[in-house]
Amino acid sequence: MAWVWFHRFGSPPHFYRLAGKLVPWFGWPAALLCLGGLIGGLLLAPPDYQQGDGFRIIYVHAPAAWLSLLVYVVMASSAAVGLIWRMTVAHAVAASCAVIGASFTALALATGMLWGRPMWGTYWEWDPRLTSELLLLFLYLGYMGLRSAMDDVGRADRASAVLAIVGVVNVPIIHYSVIWWNSLHQAPSVMKFGRPTMPAAMLVPLLLMLAGFSAYFLALLLVRARGELLRRERQARWMAEALLATTPRPPTPPSSTPTATGQVKPC
Amino acid sequence: MSVPRVGLAGAAVALIARDLRLALRRSGDTLQPLGFFLVVTTLFPLALDPQLSLLRDIAPAALWVGALLSSLLALDLLFREDAQDGTLEQLALCGLPFQGLLLAKTAVHWLLTGLPLVLIAPLAAIALGAPYEAMPGIVAALLLGTVALSLIGAVGAGLTMSVKRNGSLLALLVLPLAVPVLIFGARASALAIAGEPLAAPLYLLAAIAVLAATLAPLALAAAVRIGLE
Repeated sequence: MAWVWFHRFGSPPHFYRLAGKLVPWFGWPAALLCLGGLIGGLLLAPPDYQQGDGFRIIYVHAPAAWLSLLVYVVMASSAAVGLIWRMTVAHAVAASCAVIGASFTALALATGMLWGRPMWGTYWEWDPRLTSELLLLFLYLGYMGLRSAMDDVGRADRASAVLAIVGVVNVPIIHYSVIWWNSLHQAPSVMKFGRPTMPAAMLVPLLLMLAGFSAYFLALLLVRARGELLRRERQARWMAEALLATTPRPPTPPSSTPTATGQVKPC
Repeated sequence: MSVPRVGLAGAAVALIARDLRLALRRSGDTLQPLGFFLVVTTLFPLALDPQLSLLRDIAPAALWVGALLSSLLALDLLFREDAQDGTLEQLALCGLPFQGLLLAKTAVHWLLTGLPLVLIAPLAAIALGAPYEAMPGIVAALLLGTVALSLIGAVGAGLTMSVKRNGSLLALLVLPLAVPVLIFGARASALAIAGEPLAAPLYLLAAIAVLAATLAPLALAAAVRIGLE
């Protein structure tokens, strides 16, 4: 059956083991790619003819901004999968996305403001991209607020999934309305990126950083989703078995000794 | 429950009549958002220089921020009592399309907060120095905008229905989603006050209202069903 992999993916024990195995496969490439991107971007790339060395913040800003949107889409899609097929794993992934996405959004905003100070002469410009990034941060905060306001995990999962889907319909509307709002108010901003005219020495490190950030996001997502599953499935038998299998066995027979987690009950 | 005796239209009319009657018996609560709107729009001139030119510039912002906040104020109670006394459960079980019934409840929210606000907005606009010629534009923008605000807000109210103290959470959920309405509404009002053609933002507001009327009931029904579980 073609759908077996899908259902297997939705089983918490399988996902927990698979995620644990995959974390280093994303984590190490992320570290190497970011290292390469930083060396290329901060040391090797030539200074911009207009912005001097100030442009180098793009190597953090652009990947963070890119991921802030990507994470929202990942969050909304896995929330939709969780809502439709009632998959715990998908809900756990969506819940893990929120904090990561909010952090990337905050990082993109902070680096955008730091960049704006030398380039625009002000920390905050009501630039459409900065404004819609700020609204995206509010959407993340609302999602997290709704989750934390509900005691029942299942209900929090489904309610926040509806919110994430409503949000993903609204993100383009908000984005374009902010663009139109701004274009009606003031002239286009000073800074325009000619993406195609960017020389390879500047572009390649940027692409490396993009790939590195994306791999970092995946590694972080897997770690957080594992944590989320640990919290949700702490009563399950497979969890006790998985934890006993990974923690080194004490020399005494395990029947009487409590394990390090303290949550494991004798089956 | 095999075949319901009334159709959706009859049930919706009965529901609207019931909710309106309940609201009229508690006219104090019902009038609060309207009073809030007037107070908020009064605060702007007090916080600023009362120069007519300055007030005219901030009039769209004052009107629309006031409309947004007063629409939010009444949302908290939209589903709460009906959820507590089981009315919503009966509505969900009665066999009629749940989206339609919830749309009727949302219409009541608009009739009680949106429509009075549209009617009283010319008064606030004149106090803020807007010329008489701008009134049709301001009223048309508010008419379309409050419909969209009620629909968007109802989804937020449905999601937070089961949360105990949800005032600030509701604001955090609804206000970012309402940004497009705010932008185009305030833009249309500003154009109306400046005496310029305002068809473009009005069309966009109408598009948002239609889109919200199409999609919001689906999200609303899902949200309320989750809240009832």
